[in-house]
Amino acid sequence: MNHWTFVITGYVIVFVGIAVYVAWVLVRGRSLTNEVPEERRRFLD
Amino acid sequence: MLRDAWLMASKDLRIEWATRVGMGQILPFGGLVLILFGLAISPDLAVAGSDGRSLLAQAAPGLFWITVLLASLLALGRSFAVESTDGNLDALKMAGLDPAGIFLGKSAAVAAQLLALQVILGIGAFVLYGPPLADLVLLSVIVILATLGISAAGTVYAALASGLTVRDTLVPLLVLPVVAPVLLAATKATEAAVYGPLDNGWSWAMLLGVFALLYAGVGMLAFGPIMEES
Amino acid sequence: MTSTSSKATYVVGWAALVALALSLLFALVLSPPEANMGDSVRLLYIHLPTIAVSYVGYGITFIGSVIYLRNRSAFWDLLAGAAAEIGVLFTAFVLITGAIWGKPTWGTYWEWDPRLTATTVMFIMYLGYLAIRRMDLPQEVRSRRAAVVGIVAIANLIIVRYSVQWWRGLHQGRTLGVDTQLDGLMLFSLFLSVVAFLLLGAWLLVHRFRVAWLERQVEDMRLARALSERRGEAGGATLGGAVS
Repeated sequence: MNHWTFVITGYVIVFVGIAVYVAWVLVRGRSLTNEVPEERRRFLD
Repeated sequence: MLRDAWLMASKDLRIEWATRVGMGQILPFGGLVLILFGLAISPDLAVAGSDGRSLLAQAAPGLFWITVLLASLLALGRSFAVESTDGNLDALKMAGLDPAGIFLGKSAAVAAQLLALQVILGIGAFVLYGPPLADLVLLSVIVILATLGISAAGTVYAALASGLTVRDTLVPLLVLPVVAPVLLAATKATEAAVYGPLDNGWSWAMLLGVFALLYAGVGMLAFGPIMEES
Repeated sequence: MTSTSSKATYVVGWAALVALALSLLFALVLSPPEANMGDSVRLLYIHLPTIAVSYVGYGITFIGSVIYLRNRSAFWDLLAGAAAEIGVLFTAFVLITGAIWGKPTWGTYWEWDPRLTATTVMFIMYLGYLAIRRMDLPQEVRSRRAAVVGIVAIANLIIVRYSVQWWRGLHQGRTLGVDTQLDGLMLFSLFLSVVAFLLLGAWLLVHRFRVAWLERQVEDMRLARALSERRGEAGGATLGGAVS
């Protein structure tokens, strides 16, 4: 295995992991927003 | 505060004396772990370049301390299990006991139990694993300081996990990463006490002393917030 | 609004995306291989930034925990929790990239190096923090206990790091000091990556905080509903009717 195999594996794992987390947070954000009435949705509003 | 600590400690120790969980269950568990290590690591394996010293004897200090840590998890869990029946902790709070005192008392009680366990488990490790005799002064100091550190840190985290059924799985997860340095220092110190050089042993013992002081301090501070409306 | 996005997150998000794209370009293409480690140095362009994000995350958890214990504000409690979760995620990345980098460099995936060992213990400690936040207890109790852990964990971190270093110091072992020569371009690539990951971390933090905020609202609403049903049952008996 040359170095590039390791590098690419590492980058793929990290970026796929980030993408999965991002997707989870955004989807969860959307579904929770629907459950909560407008005035309680944000800390600052 | 010290009076409260004494009250807590004597209450816990009296419960222990009456129920004999420590001697009856935790000690045999510790002995079992020592034996299991012996089964997992063949006594015939020798360490290269050490005049045929067996791997088991070489690793004895570490194995002993792991056994102590595992036993301490049981002792710590038990320390708070006796409180959650009938909401004892709330009653203690309302009785106006100082949280720092409660912390000192409970961790002192756990420390006392652990020290008793370690005397017997120590003899067991010596017999089962066959390391040479250690410098007893250094060894006693190590054992006392390490135990104080483990009980102090462990009491804080066992309190955080208390009052629930998941306590049994949460306590190890919380306590072990925190006492890992104690394991490290105690093992190194004990290795030095048994195999030398003794100076190393004393410096590791000093580190153990620092841990014990730090965790005791943290515990006294942290128990205030922990005890509010626990 | 129908999601946790806002003008702020769009700005930070796009900045993060651009920065990440640029840093990928520099890390994988424009920067050279290192003299001793070759191309595996490119993993450091993730390894080091993710450690930075983790530390910032745990630092925010610490600050949030301290402030929460003083004024019991939900904002700081939820912020601490969100930051810890992101910290844990990125610490996982640190460990993974560290192991993958280690194989071509040291020959093994794991070395009992002080930093790696201490980082692993740190990872587990914060997993414990997250476990406390999910305990089946009243919310105030959960938050308070988590805050205590969030504060004490930092002290523990320092102790673990220091003691493992001392341990390795006495131990005759390989040092991490692989001779590294980072030239200007590599340092710039590293800097760019750190900036990119910090922006990403910030974006994730805002979104994750808002999700936590919404979860708390849902929990409060459920609690309020349960309480009023309970009162309704009590009052309904005298009024002669059921309250839905």
